[in-house]
Amino acid sequence: MSERVAVRKTYKLFIGGKFPRSESGRSYLVQSTNVSLASRKDARDAVVAARAAVKGWAGATAYNRGQILYRVAEMLEGRREQFVALGVPGDEVDAAVDRWVWYAGWADKLPQVYGGANPVAGPYFNLSAPEPTGVVAVVAPEAPALLGLVGVIAPAIVTGNTVVVAASPTQPLAAVTLAEVLATSDLPGGVVNILTGRIAETAPTLAAHLDVNALDLTGVADAELAAELEVRAAENLKRVLRPAPADHDWTADPGLTRMTRLLETKTVWHPKGV
Amino acid sequence: MTATATSARSDLTELGRSETALRAFLHGLPGVDQVGAEQRAAQLGTRSIKTTAKAQAIDLAIRMVDLTTLEGADTPGKVRALAAKALRPDPADPTCPHVGAVCVYPAMVPHVAEVLRGSAVHLASVATAFPSGQAPLEVRLADTRAAVAAGADEIDMVINRGAFLAGRYAEVHDEIVAVKEACGDAHLKVILETGELATYDNVRRASWLAMLAGGDFIKTSTGKVPVAATLPVTLVMLEAVRDFRAATGRQVGVKPAGGIKTTKDAIKYLVMVDETVGADWLDPDWFRFGASSLLNDLLMQRTKLTTGVYPGPDYFTLD
Repeated sequence: MSERVAVRKTYKLFIGGKFPRSESGRSYLVQSTNVSLASRKDARDAVVAARAAVKGWAGATAYNRGQILYRVAEMLEGRREQFVALGVPGDEVDAAVDRWVWYAGWADKLPQVYGGANPVAGPYFNLSAPEPTGVVAVVAPEAPALLGLVGVIAPAIVTGNTVVVAASPTQPLAAVTLAEVLATSDLPGGVVNILTGRIAETAPTLAAHLDVNALDLTGVADAELAAELEVRAAENLKRVLRPAPADHDWTADPGLTRMTRLLETKTVWHPKGV
Repeated sequence: MTATATSARSDLTELGRSETALRAFLHGLPGVDQVGAEQRAAQLGTRSIKTTAKAQAIDLAIRMVDLTTLEGADTPGKVRALAAKALRPDPADPTCPHVGAVCVYPAMVPHVAEVLRGSAVHLASVATAFPSGQAPLEVRLADTRAAVAAGADEIDMVINRGAFLAGRYAEVHDEIVAVKEACGDAHLKVILETGELATYDNVRRASWLAMLAGGDFIKTSTGKVPVAATLPVTLVMLEAVRDFRAATGRQVGVKPAGGIKTTKDAIKYLVMVDETVGADWLDPDWFRFGASSLLNDLLMQRTKLTTGVYPGPDYFTLD
C-alpha cells in the first residue's frame, strides 16, 4: 500500500446554503490554513440570500423552527471531535450544544411570553404578537470561537430572522465548521450566512445596506468603529444591538434580550360581538 | 459569411418570390459552430466593467429597456403605473434616463398611450396572436392593425414557428411581409422564439428570413417558453444583422428578451454588442432589452454607484 495523499481542506464562505469562495478570489492565512477573505460584494450577495430566505423561515411554524434548531444541536454533538481538533475546548462544545437546545425550546414559547391579549377600554379583543424583524447583520464576538458564535446566531434565527454573520477574523475555522453543521441540519439555505475576513471591510457595508433590518455589534471591540457603524445604521432606522463591551460571560444564562430586541410587535384590534 | 457578403442587393430582395430560391439561400448559409459560439459568448461574459464605464453602461441599459408586462392579469391601472415608471424610473433622481419603450398587450395600448403622449418613450405592443402565433393570418393582421390604430408605434410579432419548422419558409416570409404592411409606419420587431427553434442554424436562418421580409428588429423570445434569451443565441443574431448590413446596407436592430434579470447580465450583452457589431448598435434605436425585473436591478446598481450604499428592493416599485 502506498501512502495516502493528504486531502487538504479549503475553508470557504457560507452564503445561501452554499460554500462559495470569495468573489474577489482572495484568501488569508489562519492557523496555517487558507480562509476566504470576504469582500463587500460577498456581503451584498449574503444580504440578497438572507432576504430571499426570510419569507420561508419567518413563515415556518415556530414548532418547526424549534425542531430544526434542535437538529442543529444533534449535528453539533456528532461533530464534537472536529471542533476539539480545531482547538475549541470540549466544555465549550458541550455548552454550545446546550445553548442550541435551550434556544430551540424558546421557539414556540417566546410568542406566548412576549405577546398576548391586551386589556383595552372598548369592545375589542386586542392582541399583540411578536414577529421577526427580517435580515439581521451580526458581528460575531472574537471569543469564545464557537459558543460566542452560537450565542449570537441562535437567538436571532429562532424567532424567524435570517442573519449575515461577520465571523471572528482570528478564529474563522470554527465558524466555517459550524456552517457545515448548519448545512446538514435542515436549516433552509440563506437563513444563516457566514462571512470570514476583515470586520472593517464587511461590517460598514452591512451597516449601511438598506435591505438590512437590524445590526448586532456584539463583536465590535473598537468603540470608534462601533459608533461609525451605528451612524450608518441610522440611515434606515435599523434596530441596533450594542452590548457593553465588557468581558461577557457566554456560559451564563443568556436571558431573553437578544431575542426580544430583534422583534417587531404586531397588534390586532378585533371587534367583539355584543 | 463571405458568400452572402458578396451577393448583390437585388438578388436578396428577389429571394422571397420563390420558395426554392429562399430555401436554397437559407440552407446555403454557413452552419453555426455551436461550441465556438458558446465559448465566445462565455468569454465575452468575463469582462470586468467598473466605475465610470459601469455607470455609463447602466444608463445606456436603462434607455434600452422595453419595460414589459404581458400577463393575463394586466389591468388599465397596472399598465398606467408601468408607463409612469417608464417615464421616470427613479423618481428620486431626475438625472436617471427614461426607458426605451413600454411593451403591452394590444388591449392595454390605449391606456398606456394616454400616459406616454408627448414623451420620447416608445409604445410597443405584441400582436399576431402572441405568444403562439397559431391563429389564421387574417386574425393576426387584424390584431396588428388594431394595435397600431390604438397608438402603438412598435409591433412585436411572432413568426409562425409551425410553418418555419416544417420548412415552409415562403409562407413565413409572406406573413412577415403582410404584417409589415399592416404596421404602416410602426416599427416591426420579429420574435423568432429561439427556444423553440432547437438549433443555432435555425436561429441564423430565421434571423435572415425575418430581415429579408423587412423586419426592423429581430427579437429572441416571447418570454413564455422555458428557454428565453441566451448569450450565444444573441451572438448568432448579432452576427446575422452585421452580415445583413454588409450585404444590403440596411441596419436591423436586435432585442434579447426574457430571462435577463440582473445588471451583470445586461452588461454582458452590451459588451457582446460592442465586440460583435460595434458601437453603431449601442443605441436604444438598435438594441433593446425585453425585461421587467431587470429595470429594478439596474436602478439599485445605479443608486449604489451614486450614493455608495446598497439599496434594497423595498425602495423601488413592484411592477
